[in-house]
Order: sequence, then C-alpha cells, then structure tokens
Amino acid sequence: MAEDVRPRLKIPASAKKGEVIEIKTLVSHQMESGQRKDKDGKVIPRKIINKFVCTMNGKEVFRADLEPAIASNPFISFFLKAEESGTLAFAWTDDDGSVYRAEQKITVT
Amino acid sequence: MQQPRLKRPLPTRRRVLLLAIAGGAAAAASAMFARMAAAGPKEAAAFLAQIGKGTPKDGRIAIKAQEIAENGNTVPLTITVESPMSEKDYVKTVRVAADGNPNPGVVTLHFTPAVGRCEVQIRCRLAQTERVIAVAEMSDGSLWTTAREIKVTIGGCGG
Repeated sequence: MAEDVRPRLKIPASAKKGEVIEIKTLVSHQMESGQRKDKDGKVIPRKIINKFVCTMNGKEVFRADLEPAIASNPFISFFLKAEESGTLAFAWTDDDGSVYRAEQKITVT
Repeated sequence: MQQPRLKRPLPTRRRVLLLAIAGGAAAAASAMFARMAAAGPKEAAAFLAQIGKGTPKDGRIAIKAQEIAENGNTVPLTITVESPMSEKDYVKTVRVAADGNPNPGVVTLHFTPAVGRCEVQIRCRLAQTERVIAVAEMSDGSLWTTAREIKVTIGGCGG
C-alpha cells in the first residue's frame, strides 16, 4: 500500500509576523481499521497511520495520535502562529514503521 | 393489533406471528452486536481518563459537526478550545472518543503555544448514531469536557 501514499499540504507561502495561519494537510492512505472482513470472511489486518507530527525549524509544534476511527485519507487542519521564516516539516508514521514526509518553506515578514 | 373484521380470532396464528416477530428481532439484535461489538460509555470514559487526573468540568471546549452525518465513513469534526495559547496558559492535550465505535478512541492531539489558536479539524469514522466526547487538558492541569450526539445513517466501520 505504501506506494499510494502521497501527502498534500495547503499552507500560505508567506505571512506577517504574529499572524495565525491555517495549515491543512492530507495524506492518501487506506487507514485499514482492522474491523473489515474480506470476501472469505477473514478480518483484514489493521494498517493505519498512527502518528502525525509537525515541526517548525526542527521544533515540534503539533502532534496527533491517530486511532482506527480516523477516516481514510486522513485530513488534519490546525493553526500556527507565524513567528519566523523557516521550514515546516510533516511526518506521518505508519503501523508498519514507514514514515511519510513532506515539507514546505514559509516566509514571515 | 386488533382485527375487528375477523369474527373468530385466530389465537394460534397470531401467537405464531408474534413469536416469529420476536424471534426475528432477537436475531437482528444479536447479529448487530456480533458485528459491531461497540464500546460503551464506560470504555470511552476510560480512554478519556488517561490524559489527566481529576473530573473534567463542562465548558471551554466545543465540538462542531453536522447533526446528521449521512455517511459514517467520513464525519468532519472541528474541535475548538478557548485559550490564549500563551507560554503560561495553553492547551496541552485534547482527546476525542466515540462511545459507539468498536474502539472508543478517535484521536489525541498534543498542542504547544506555537499554534496560536487551539482549533483542529479532522475527519472520523462513526459506526452508528453515537456520542462524541472530547476532553481538554490545560497547562495548569485543569480538565474541560464536552459531548455531542451525531446521527449516522450509514455506519462507517465496514462489515
């Protein structure tokens, strides 16, 4: 499944210092809950993204622990106070240990 | 049900019918339980109690969602907590649970003062009409809670 995973970000490229901006993230992922059954009645094993972390210039600003009750293609939006220019980095951790990453630069004036 | 048009009531037939209805309902109920094995309010409370000590008070936190979610597979939720989000006074953790899902947990959010505003949007799965409960833990250790019922027409847990 890992080959289908594609993170998408929607973040303003620049912001005024002190402005609170919205960060929208989405990653394409099945988020198999471990509750569904296949055609033969066997339970499809759980495979979800269980952790999402956002860092600004290497410092963690927001983190979420996801449960199977999160819908497929998990969408998370939150806010950030623009204090300095730099790189926003995002990491999604899969149940199988793989980490999907994305980052974007932001200019604060 | 009364049937005035029948001169002679047919007790046996009626009894058979009643039995059939009762049996059908019981079978449907057990089939539902077998499929969902839903967590109850107790499990949801246990999941929420893990974030802090004490009894949460009502207020400061809000869940925004549609009253009726047509599809339980993706139910948008917006969680907002009233807080200045300053270095001294901010929201540390928010935990969300749903008491009718197979597992009560939905998400745990960890904030820092750097976010500026405590508002998060996510999309969750709901198996049936149920209550979504959120608890926020502030930097001073106080706990705040809210709950709202969301009606679901098509459940979102497969099966």
